[in-house]
Amino acid sequence: MKYEVLIDGHSHQIELERANKGYEATVDGEVFTLDVAMTARDVLSIIHEGRSYEAKREYSLLGETHIIMGSERFLAEVRDPRSLRSRRAAAGAEAGPAKIIAPMPGKIVRVIAAEGDEVEAGQGLVVVEAMKMQNEIKATKKGKVTKIAVEEGSAVNAGDLLAIVE
Amino acid sequence: MFKRILIANRGEIAVRVIRACREMGIESVAVYSDVDRRALHVRKADFCEYLGPALASESYLNIPKILEAARRSGAEAIHPGYGFLSENAGFARACRDAGIVFIGPSPESMEMMGSKTRARQHMKQANVPFVPGTDTGLKSAAEALTVAESIGYPVMLKASAGGGGKGMRMVASAGELASALEATRSEALRSFGDSEVYIEKFIENPRHVEMQIFGDTHGNVIYFAERECSVQRRHQKVLEEAPCSFVDPDMRRRMGEVAVQVGKAAKYFNAGTVEFLVDAKKNFYFLEMNTRLQVEHPVTEMVTGIDLVQLQFKVAAGEPLPLKQEDIVVRGHAMELRIYAEDPDNSFFPSPGRITRLISPSGPGIRRDSGMYEGWVVPLDYDPLLGKLIAYGENRQQVINRLRRALVEYFIGGIKTNISLFRRILLHPDFQAGRVDTGFLDRLLKEAPHGDARTARRTPIVALAAAIFAQQPPPGAHPASSHDGLHAATPRTAVTGDNGNARPSGWKTAARTEGVSR
Repeated sequence: MKYEVLIDGHSHQIELERANKGYEATVDGEVFTLDVAMTARDVLSIIHEGRSYEAKREYSLLGETHIIMGSERFLAEVRDPRSLRSRRAAAGAEAGPAKIIAPMPGKIVRVIAAEGDEVEAGQGLVVVEAMKMQNEIKATKKGKVTKIAVEEGSAVNAGDLLAIVE
Repeated sequence: MFKRILIANRGEIAVRVIRACREMGIESVAVYSDVDRRALHVRKADFCEYLGPALASESYLNIPKILEAARRSGAEAIHPGYGFLSENAGFARACRDAGIVFIGPSPESMEMMGSKTRARQHMKQANVPFVPGTDTGLKSAAEALTVAESIGYPVMLKASAGGGGKGMRMVASAGELASALEATRSEALRSFGDSEVYIEKFIENPRHVEMQIFGDTHGNVIYFAERECSVQRRHQKVLEEAPCSFVDPDMRRRMGEVAVQVGKAAKYFNAGTVEFLVDAKKNFYFLEMNTRLQVEHPVTEMVTGIDLVQLQFKVAAGEPLPLKQEDIVVRGHAMELRIYAEDPDNSFFPSPGRITRLISPSGPGIRRDSGMYEGWVVPLDYDPLLGKLIAYGENRQQVINRLRRALVEYFIGGIKTNISLFRRILLHPDFQAGRVDTGFLDRLLKEAPHGDARTARRTPIVALAAAIFAQQPPPGAHPASSHDGLHAATPRTAVTGDNGNARPSGWKTAARTEGVSR
């Protein structure tokens, strides 16, 4: 199986084949022989050249995959070249309207920007309150606010659309 | 001694108090709101009383409901924990009127220390050193200008009823004073229902050092070890340690004696904490007194070997302190990390939600006080403190090494936590050298995180792990069978849910973790 794996935004070409106790693999042409055990859900034990690694997988509320090794966290994106979804994701990342998503569940306590406003990247759009803290949710890019999807007092879940900036 | 104690709190502190009860053969009564039915404190307690909706004013802050729960359950005493009603003199008085022992100081002591201006007036009489400023509320902007002129800029404006880092503002020059006073007043009125504001000289980059004291109802007051609490973000403590490496034995004795003076002036009994600001020349000034058990009490327990919660029970039951000042000996070093459900990579946004995986550290010198378990949903209604990781060792360096080791073992999946932040703090040269003040963490957060030499070596393995994980059963798939070619694994729970969050059976995983960690 061939994969393109992005680790913290850097692309790596991977070939992965099942072998005796784990995998025969190459990463950007370099050969790796891995002994692999799935010790629990989302916890892999990997032995490579006598060195022991523990990798844990988790998902962010926005659906991103993170790999944790030691006490370091890596953002990981796996693109299977055969998968349509991966090709689409690769093509449409930068352009187009930016959806501003609630990063956590909470209550909208203030709507700062209005539809039609021109905003700078980093400018506050709405304020979400959760766990006794008020959090300003900011525009991820410069542009025009084409939609404010929430109103003051409404409850939101993580991943809910708050606003669109084009 | 009491037979049954109600804990008017939730989360890790409720679990902490329940443990103290069980060790002394006291029955514990937990209280809970709608969103806390599955909380750990409810599972650990002997008895449970339902309070009401999630909103704190309908549950954990509701005095009539809590007193009714105590009456119904037959509890003789109430431990308030920290936060919620712990510093509410009205609650302490209502307990006394209902014939229930409040495990804490008298309402009179709480009232004296609860208003910062009143506390300052009393402490002035007791010759306690405090930061120059006013000890009554400011009457006008003109008065503020005169005082600021006499003590010198920069100055701090503070709400008398404030606390927890809210209701204070730094003013650098006379031009800003009038508008800052207005803003602080309206914020104080909004947040604390009291617009009284006083003024203090601003001490640049002070350390925040506090002294644990303990009094009994027979007039004895003693001091324990000091705690260094300078590592703060937005005036909220993040890491605490005992002892403070900046404090020498002579300074410790002087600070302790002042703290005892404060306690005696307030006719104080039970656990209390006297907070000091310490400047670079080792001058210390009385800041305020917290009339409750502190979040960071475990570091004092570790270096003195005394269970402060059990001591609270004894003093509340009327026993004299079983210790004299000379019995308090500080041995070794201890540090506490506050684990919050917040995302350090994303402006410290709160991160409630389901804990899909919890791997906890253990081993030499490690203590965990926690209110979480695998499968539990962290509610969005309360404070984001999940638990505390505490380490003890022979000296400060060993404690830092132990915590760094424990952080590698610690894994909380499904929600974001500030665990990665601690790695940066513990590795920072200033922290390692003990050069911390209240501005340390803000300065660290402005620095770019420095790379680790091991990262480069690990990256290909990380990429491979990501690809191997991607081969594992997709959402809703049949659990793994032996033909996947890997070493036999524990049965894998299928990953489900549209956003990719794993949702295993809460009952099963909870039973499994608890079976192990109990």
